[in-house]
Amino acid sequence: MNSKMLGYVVKRLLLAVLTVLLICTITFFVMHAVPGGPFVGEKATTPAVQAAMEAKYGLDKPLAEQYFTYLKDIVTKFDFGPSLKQRGRSVKDIIFDGMRTSLKLGLIAAAVSTVIGVVLGAVAALRRNKLIDRIIMVITTAFVSMPSFIMGSLLLILFAIKFPMVPANGTTSAGLILPVVTLALYPMAYITRLMRSSMLDVLGQDYIRTARAKGVSGMRIIFGHALKNSLIPVLTYLGPMLAYIVTGSLVVERIFAVPGIGRQFVSSITNRDYPMIMGTTIVLASLIVIMNLVTDILYKVVDPRITLD
Amino acid sequence: MKKKKLFTFHVDLDMFLPASDKDKEYLVQMRPSSTFFKDGMRRLYKNKVAFVSFIIIIIITLSSIIVPFFWPYSYENQLGVVPGKPVDSSFKNLAPFEYGSTEQQKIEAGEKVFPHVFGTDAAGRDYFIRVIYGTRVSLAVGFFASVIVLLIGMLIGSISGYFGGKVDLVIMRIVDIIYSLPDMLMVILLSTVLKLTLNPVIEGTVESIGANIISLFVVFALLYWVGMSRLIRGQILSLREQEYVLSAKATGAKGKWIITKHLIPNCISVVIISAALQIPSAIFTESYLSFLGLGVNAPMPSLGSLASDALNGITSYPYRLVIPAVVISLIVLSLNLFGDGLRDAFDPKLNG
Repeated sequence: MNSKMLGYVVKRLLLAVLTVLLICTITFFVMHAVPGGPFVGEKATTPAVQAAMEAKYGLDKPLAEQYFTYLKDIVTKFDFGPSLKQRGRSVKDIIFDGMRTSLKLGLIAAAVSTVIGVVLGAVAALRRNKLIDRIIMVITTAFVSMPSFIMGSLLLILFAIKFPMVPANGTTSAGLILPVVTLALYPMAYITRLMRSSMLDVLGQDYIRTARAKGVSGMRIIFGHALKNSLIPVLTYLGPMLAYIVTGSLVVERIFAVPGIGRQFVSSITNRDYPMIMGTTIVLASLIVIMNLVTDILYKVVDPRITLD
Repeated sequence: MKKKKLFTFHVDLDMFLPASDKDKEYLVQMRPSSTFFKDGMRRLYKNKVAFVSFIIIIIITLSSIIVPFFWPYSYENQLGVVPGKPVDSSFKNLAPFEYGSTEQQKIEAGEKVFPHVFGTDAAGRDYFIRVIYGTRVSLAVGFFASVIVLLIGMLIGSISGYFGGKVDLVIMRIVDIIYSLPDMLMVILLSTVLKLTLNPVIEGTVESIGANIISLFVVFALLYWVGMSRLIRGQILSLREQEYVLSAKATGAKGKWIITKHLIPNCISVVIISAALQIPSAIFTESYLSFLGLGVNAPMPSLGSLASDALNGITSYPYRLVIPAVVISLIVLSLNLFGDGLRDAFDPKLNG
């Protein structure tokens, strides 16, 4: 790693920190701009009770002080405050609980889509314009233009209701099959298309022709030269893929009733559980920002030809 | 026949005879000169996939506009509910081409009753017109959201590209930061809150559109202009350095000529194409939010909210989910394919 590279990493790191801070700030002030405050909707509260509750949660202090306390608690204790609607539980606990399921779901989906996508894309590129290439391209085009909530609902109808093969409820391990498939289909289709075009690009390069001319066997060209180099664009997609999986999991967990962080987020929106909305947004958004950062840096490390700006 | 001398300075008088008819044929224009626009249209017309998608889009759009005018049912009318009478529950959850009790009597009396092509929903509303109306809402949201994005992006992008220097630097840093915000999460957050803050503001004025849709537009205006402004800035920066601009300058063209004859025509196709590709993504976002319950307001349907409502009765009435799902996928797919076709036809450089 040379000094230019180091400069780039530092610059990106600063931008990422700034972005996370900005997300915290936006979330905080946007949430506090809501008219009426969080306790107005409560049934049978007198002004005295409301004042007491606001004092308990520190909502009576000046906004700036609340903001800095909130930031300090996040940085030092990873504490997002208590949940307003799920009594007695802190937002941190709920997030950790949900994350366990959601991470499992997301990681399996990411792994499945990457592996299948790379293989299908490579096959399509090597059999360019043959029947199998056409079939792969038609199917992936269809998958790319189908919103995840529709894909999930259709899968639910097909495989859990019409032909009950897997449970519709995502609370058990077997029940995670459909959510994983739903989440994985779009990135898989995207990676397939990405892989196909980058593989075609690589196969047309001079060093492949040189290898052919030297008499290197077809298998060795594919695995030793072409595959490795055409994986680089796929690598850049990892960040956006995670963002997709995070937002996709919101609807997928709703459809299949998976007890993950996405479902908590959606229900906290309908319940107007503000600390919960803030905490979840900050955690998920930071996850995406960090993943984008890692992807970008990895991209530069893997391919030294890419110029840094 | 005169002998031809090779290196003579004598003028060959034959070359100065009036042109014969055969010579004149060379001057006849075989086909009218083609403009950039005509060329592009010809290429677009040849592209079968894009052409078919275009026809599908036109059919869907026209039917979403025209059908509500003559369809006998309305999207918010609960058929079983007649003022002064108990609710007739026979109208609820009708299967396609079934009729409610009073309609059945009319048919037996020899009257004609307009069929419920897709049946009715759980509140006894004709489902076909709800799908049509939902399509109209989704298309309108997609279209206006892209127009907003286009206008803001064009303004800021051209300011940034034209002035350059410090203005450009500041704008581009802001763009960088907004770009790195996770868009969907911010959209959800903002529309949750905007909905609440907007409600009192719009009361009595544009209430019928609904706070949710307006907040959706605000969110688009706040977040999605960055991609467009980056694109336009890049276009202007690269076009400014092109050789034909240099040669125009060298031959004495003024700034206004260069802008109207070189910069805008070369930039506009890219801009329109990316605006066209913005429409499906806006429709996608709207349906996603509606699915989470953050989209259009209650009696008004959108394709996403129809799909979301259908999820509750999914075991008994799966077609109610399938119909909006098919429509949404068809719209997004054909808009994407048409956008790709536009790009191939009007911007051969971008073709990757």
